[in-house]
Amino acid sequence: MANVSFEVKKGEFVFLTGPSGAGKTTAIRLILKDYLPTEGKVFFNQQDLAQIPKKKIPQLRRQIGVIFQDFKLISDWTVFENVALPLDIIGSKKQEITSQVEKVLKKVGLWERKQFFPAQLAGGELQRVSLARALITKPLILLADEPTGNLDPACAWQLVKLLKKINKEGTTVLMATHNADIVDSLGARVIKLDKGKIVSDEKKGKY
Amino acid sequence: MRHLKTAFSHIRRSPYQALAAVLTMSLTSLVASIFVLLTLGSMALLRYFETRPQVTAFLKDEMGVEQAMGLKSKIEAIEDVREVKYVSKEEALSIYREQNKDDPLLLEMVTANILPASLEVSTNNLESLKKVAEVLKSEKGVEEVVFQEDVIGALSQWTGAVRKIGAGMIFFLGSVSLLVVLIIISMKIALRKEEIEVLRLVGAGSFYVSWPFILEGIIYGVLGAILGWGVSYLLLLYFTPFLESFLTGIPLLPVSPLVMLTVLGGEILVGSLLGAGGSLLAVKRYLK
Repeated sequence: MANVSFEVKKGEFVFLTGPSGAGKTTAIRLILKDYLPTEGKVFFNQQDLAQIPKKKIPQLRRQIGVIFQDFKLISDWTVFENVALPLDIIGSKKQEITSQVEKVLKKVGLWERKQFFPAQLAGGELQRVSLARALITKPLILLADEPTGNLDPACAWQLVKLLKKINKEGTTVLMATHNADIVDSLGARVIKLDKGKIVSDEKKGKY
Repeated sequence: MRHLKTAFSHIRRSPYQALAAVLTMSLTSLVASIFVLLTLGSMALLRYFETRPQVTAFLKDEMGVEQAMGLKSKIEAIEDVREVKYVSKEEALSIYREQNKDDPLLLEMVTANILPASLEVSTNNLESLKKVAEVLKSEKGVEEVVFQEDVIGALSQWTGAVRKIGAGMIFFLGSVSLLVVLIIISMKIALRKEEIEVLRLVGAGSFYVSWPFILEGIIYGVLGAILGWGVSYLLLLYFTPFLESFLTGIPLLPVSPLVMLTVLGGEILVGSLLGAGGSLLAVKRYLK
């Protein structure tokens, strides 16, 4: 990436678009502090990421919800256990976990599948499980790295509808994608990237 | 507990690795048990011999009881002499009979006349022991003077050797066990790179990620300790009759269950440490 600078405000829904290699994933990984910037600063919730020591990175990530193109679910664990993971990490009590998991799985419509394993679910369902996991800690922001990449159009639309709903309820959403249809239909802010540079940043943009 | 469940599921997925780890640990534990028992046994034996008369003077038949008593007082007067005991021919016979009660052939041949009377002397240190021996040797009525010192000396050397060899073998096998656990856990970590990445992206700390692996190492250690200890206990019970006849009269066997349980406790502790240690090393090296 080269000289990229943008600000995402609370409650916004922002698309990060551009062809492969434009830097969309890099941007997301920078926010997670998975990559470190060679130049410049990354601020999350007004905190400079460079000031966060390595030991405290897990705490940072617990405030951020992420979903990926390849879902990144643990294949040995059931849907329930996968979604419960963030709460288990922060040490919530069993009853608390159960009630939160139920709430969020019902929100994405997969409560009946709670005992299934990832291998038994279809792509669209897997992404919804990932979404449930990302939302269970009620994060400030949801990062989505090409979430519709492995989904058929119907599932893709379903997912984006969910994302819109979540955004309306107050969660900031930053979604990297190269799905032109979805971007065009939403009329949300679009930051276009190409070869690591910002090409445009429009409030109601098109792909 | 989530982590314990995770550890067990990891183990179930690689039964051969688990077997290798547990068997290696149990070999270490078995050897350790054997050497601990040998050392304890030698030490008990040593203690036993130290309370036994250390010099025995067999008296000629011509020496009467009165003369023997006179000699006894003379020896008692020597400095640092702990005890002098007079064993008459009849007493010697009954002791002999008691020791060999299972062997009628030996009993037949021996009567009181054949066995000599004796003076059994115990001292507090080696110097007075030597003095006593000199005095006894110079006495006319004394047939033969037998030194127990040699036995104690030999036993001490033997105990020292057992300890050294044992320590060496246990150290070596322990290291092997640690390395086996280290290698197995490293393989597991490498195999689970994706899962670990997911945990990290969702905000799991190092402890959350590494604890199941460390638990796994501890489980190997504990299982290995119990297995090795169990086998050594069985061996002990199997050989007790044979050993008992070998050590007639010496109250070494049977080994009390309390002692064995203490050994088990110690081995479980050491096994856990070896297992945890191996896992910790693997985690430190291979977990990002």
